Amino acid sequence: MSLYDWFIAPFTEFVFMQRALLGATLLSISACPVGVFLMLRRMSLTGDAMAHALLPGAAVGFLLYGLEIVPMTLGGLFAGIIVALCAGAVSRMTIQKEDASMAAFYLISLAFGVLIVSLRGSNVDLMHVLFGSVLALNDEALGLIGGISFATLAALTLFWRALVAECLDPLFLRSVSRLGPPVHFVFLGLVVLNLVGGFQALGTLLSVGLMMVPAAAARFWTIRVLPMCLLAVGFGIASCVSGLLMSYHASLPSGPAIILSAGAIYIVSIFTGPRGLFATRLQSKSHRTA
Amino acid sequence: MPACVTFEDLTLGYNSHPAVHHLNGVVQKGSLTAVVGANGSGKSTLMKGIVGILKPMSGRCAISADITVAYLPQQSELDRTFPARVIDLVSLGLWPRRGLLGRHRKEDRAAVAEALSAVGLEGFETRAIDTLSGGQLQRALFARVLVQNANLILLDEPFNAIDAKTVADLVELIKRWHGEDRTVLVVVHDLDLVREHFPHALLLARGPVAWGNARKTLSSENLLRARQFHEAWDEDAPWCGSRDVYRHDHAGHRQGVA
Repeated sequence: MSLYDWFIAPFTEFVFMQRALLGATLLSISACPVGVFLMLRRMSLTGDAMAHALLPGAAVGFLLYGLEIVPMTLGGLFAGIIVALCAGAVSRMTIQKEDASMAAFYLISLAFGVLIVSLRGSNVDLMHVLFGSVLALNDEALGLIGGISFATLAALTLFWRALVAECLDPLFLRSVSRLGPPVHFVFLGLVVLNLVGGFQALGTLLSVGLMMVPAAAARFWTIRVLPMCLLAVGFGIASCVSGLLMSYHASLPSGPAIILSAGAIYIVSIFTGPRGLFATRLQSKSHRTA
Repeated sequence: MPACVTFEDLTLGYNSHPAVHHLNGVVQKGSLTAVVGANGSGKSTLMKGIVGILKPMSGRCAISADITVAYLPQQSELDRTFPARVIDLVSLGLWPRRGLLGRHRKEDRAAVAEALSAVGLEGFETRAIDTLSGGQLQRALFARVLVQNANLILLDEPFNAIDAKTVADLVELIKRWHGEDRTVLVVVHDLDLVREHFPHALLLARGPVAWGNARKTLSSENLLRARQFHEAWDEDAPWCGSRDVYRHDHAGHRQGVA
């Protein structure tokens, strides 16, 4: 088998592979920078919690209309925003930190979602909701993912300076602008939006993987936020290409293959990145004078 | 001298407990004032109240109309692990000029370079902030204040864990701001430093113990009164303004609490 057959042919010969590649690439472009900011705000696990929080909304859509993308997406978006707002409000108005309030709300949400799916669906349906199907993206799904990517990039461009300031020195931002709290909620909205976008392709559980794993890998390579976001996007796209090819050639499920590819990049980054283990722990014994 | 900041029966606090209690007074334009007091006496809370981060529980804090504010929070509020270079941190000071979307211009970059030079951090522009020493980071934060070019400057414990040389350099910078007729309030713990360099001092113990000339404010009698301040809040304290408070206040006065 030639290199062309390995790497190019699957994408030129099969429309479903082209769609999967387009959807996954669009998702990487928008979800990975959001993941970088989640990580820098020490909210990496919040993405995971939010992904669970989408479930009851998506499940209600499924209960009413079956496996239809629009109702399930709108339901997921609605549930995600409600959980984000509730968790954010509890953490800002009470003594409880956001990690605890988020955990409480997402667990309630997850239990509720599984309950709703089980009222109507089979285990196969539940697996579809939880793990998605990137190889079955239709026009509606691609349009939705494209729209989410565009909205995310526009919001990141608009609020970039405020997002950086809020992560680096939140009190300083509050002293020069009233944007602090609104930016926090806009950001949580972007997290929900991207998880909803990823949900059709990768399911509620794995969509957060494409958001966080490339971002975590990029942290080992640079000390600036913009290059970190660009690198995360690159890692995300590489993971999608690699995962889809593995899925095609080895008949593996595509979602886990994509996330495992990102995981491989992460593990390599831990060791070989300029801020990784080799560079920081195993440096030569010689040292500079100053 | 005209007023820069006016406190009118100002009470600031958290969860119904006052951290600054019934403060009245005026910070005059162009003055240099040290804010001193024990931990929990309301110094940082007062700074947050002036800058508007914390809303008053009662009373008001009024800043004159033509005043722009630069606020330097305690270093502990800053995420030192954040992937940013010194120049990125200092450039945040351009926010009042350029806001959320304004492009940084040539003169902005020149202002940042000049500020870095003024604090002795020339050549540190591209250093990651997590590689800076405590003193270097504080110099960078002072450079950010310089870039803000405000006429009211609030510095919250800027000399904590800083070596003597850096303290001396930063004090010179503060004196330069004072010489330029900017109003400066600095939270300080080193009383000798206050006596030597600050014309005015506000001694806080939730309420003001004394306020005025720094040497008189830091008299042993005032310091003794401030030392008797109780840091812990009392969950069973009567509500301020109720009849019980009258008895509570009198008990407090017997203990010397202002």
